[in-house]
Amino acid sequence: MNASKTYLGTFGFLLFLFSVAFFTNLSLGSVSIPIKDIFNILFFENAREESWHYIVLNYRLPKAFTALLVGSGLGVSGLLMQTFFRNPLAGPFVLGISAGASLGVASLILGTSFLGVVLGGFTITNWSLIVASSTGSFLVLFAVLIAIKKIKNTMSILIIGLMFGSISAAIINVLSYFSAAEKLQQFIFWSFGSLGNLNWAEVSVFGGIVVFCFLILLKTIKPLNSLLLGENYAISMGVNIKQTRYLVLVCTSLLTGVITAFAGPIAFVGLAVPHLSKLLFTTSNHRILLPAVTIVGATLLLLCDTVAQLPGSEYSLPINAITSIFGAPIVIWLLIRKKTA
Amino acid sequence: MGAKKQIVLETKNLDIGYCTKNGLHYLAKNLNIVAENKKLICLLGKNGVGKSTLLKTISKTLHPLGGDVFVDSINLKKAASGYLAKKMGLVLTEKIPEGQLTVFELVALGRQPYTNWLGRLSHHDIQSVNKAMERVHISNIRDKKYDELSDGQLQKVMIARALAQDTEIIILDEPTAHLDIHHTIEVFKLLQTLVQNTNKTIIISTHEINLALKLADEFWLLTEHEFISGNLNQLIEKNAFEKLFPKKQILFDANTKQFHIQT
Repeated sequence: MNASKTYLGTFGFLLFLFSVAFFTNLSLGSVSIPIKDIFNILFFENAREESWHYIVLNYRLPKAFTALLVGSGLGVSGLLMQTFFRNPLAGPFVLGISAGASLGVASLILGTSFLGVVLGGFTITNWSLIVASSTGSFLVLFAVLIAIKKIKNTMSILIIGLMFGSISAAIINVLSYFSAAEKLQQFIFWSFGSLGNLNWAEVSVFGGIVVFCFLILLKTIKPLNSLLLGENYAISMGVNIKQTRYLVLVCTSLLTGVITAFAGPIAFVGLAVPHLSKLLFTTSNHRILLPAVTIVGATLLLLCDTVAQLPGSEYSLPINAITSIFGAPIVIWLLIRKKTA
Repeated sequence: MGAKKQIVLETKNLDIGYCTKNGLHYLAKNLNIVAENKKLICLLGKNGVGKSTLLKTISKTLHPLGGDVFVDSINLKKAASGYLAKKMGLVLTEKIPEGQLTVFELVALGRQPYTNWLGRLSHHDIQSVNKAMERVHISNIRDKKYDELSDGQLQKVMIARALAQDTEIIILDEPTAHLDIHHTIEVFKLLQTLVQNTNKTIIISTHEINLALKLADEFWLLTEHEFISGNLNQLIEKNAFEKLFPKKQILFDANTKQFHIQT
């Protein structure tokens, strides 16, 4: 088929772009390390300075992997949601799952000011944040799943998800109102999103879960393609709608929950990456789109992270802001260009 | 025409209708319908009389309120999942959402009941898809996106998709609803040729009564009070067509075998 050949070209270009983004991301930061030394370090040879070794292997590399996982995970969740809900506005955030994660973290950080007396010397670690946000996202997921059992209409599920999101946001507002300034600051810093807080142990747990979800989601490629024609056609072609619904919802929720847990609520990527990929590949076929979204998401987040760490300076901007500031105009530009072309 | 007669679809004491807040709403009761292979069957009736509901119940999109549907002698209530997908293809009235699939990819979706878990098309699958596209004369637009097609082309693509599904029965719910007279005739002729060249049974609901009268092998007439089936001459003998519409407006003429509008 000649159609797949043109995709191969685009894939090649994307992979090239991805590797450029990956190595640029590794080589830029507050300490400047020549690209030659980066390669030396990656291939277990000696770099000119011992500290560079440490910076690249224990700080920049896990951060790059986190960016890669976050970008592709959010992109894939967004793609599945958009097809499943047949709504181009759907994304991993619409089901309220990441709002649930935020609620979990808010309860931990802000709530401890109420419970501070009881818990005494309890300190907030990375792992406790992860547990809190996972719990929050799973509670919302659970509520959504119960609602789904009673409701068949996918559009209503979408609205229920948005409602759960609103409730979570409202509770966070109430918690913030009663919290001490320093706690509030801590929570707001978490909500900026951060890719660089993970050590290798955390990255491997994170990566394991993301890969696990991707493997399961491979099974939804076929039913999602027939869902492009609507549910009734899909059923007539033998698609098990119920099973597909559970696979898609549980996996996207798990992905969103875990990503929010490890990197904070990263907005925009889940919505934009599928659209970017569809514009690049001009197809709706999930066998093409799923790998495309994985690479586009990873590349986009690596680039955003490179920009966010303001190369050469010691400041880094919140990743959550960068993804929107740089990503949104790209999507707008591409959409306008497509309309006029 | 030596093909053996074979019953492909049968209903026994089928009650159709839908659930509302106030309980069950029956549209027709005790339907005993039999459909043989190699037939073009037209389901005729007024709006709201239950044509779509009947087709949906037969295709298991809706549950029957009572009774059973047998496809190829197997009760749909007991059939394994995936059984019906290999026996019955659908062309629905609903608009398909926007998307960027090519005509080939869309038609190839019809092969899903036969492909592996990743939906990989085998050589045989690709052949079936190509053949289905040739049958409805859309091979020339195979690489176009379905968003770019006219209503007439899209309807043919949807028919090709159902053909590629390689089923004994194809059900079309008002396949010519959005089409002009030229494309309507084209679709009807196409369906007639398909029935003649394959062993399939095609069941369509339609409001193009006069065209249906000329081309169909068999008719299912659904009115508020009864269900009557048979071929043209049998139904004329029973004066069945007269019951379809109010006589003041539209009258069936047994000599020309056509409906005439009363002015």
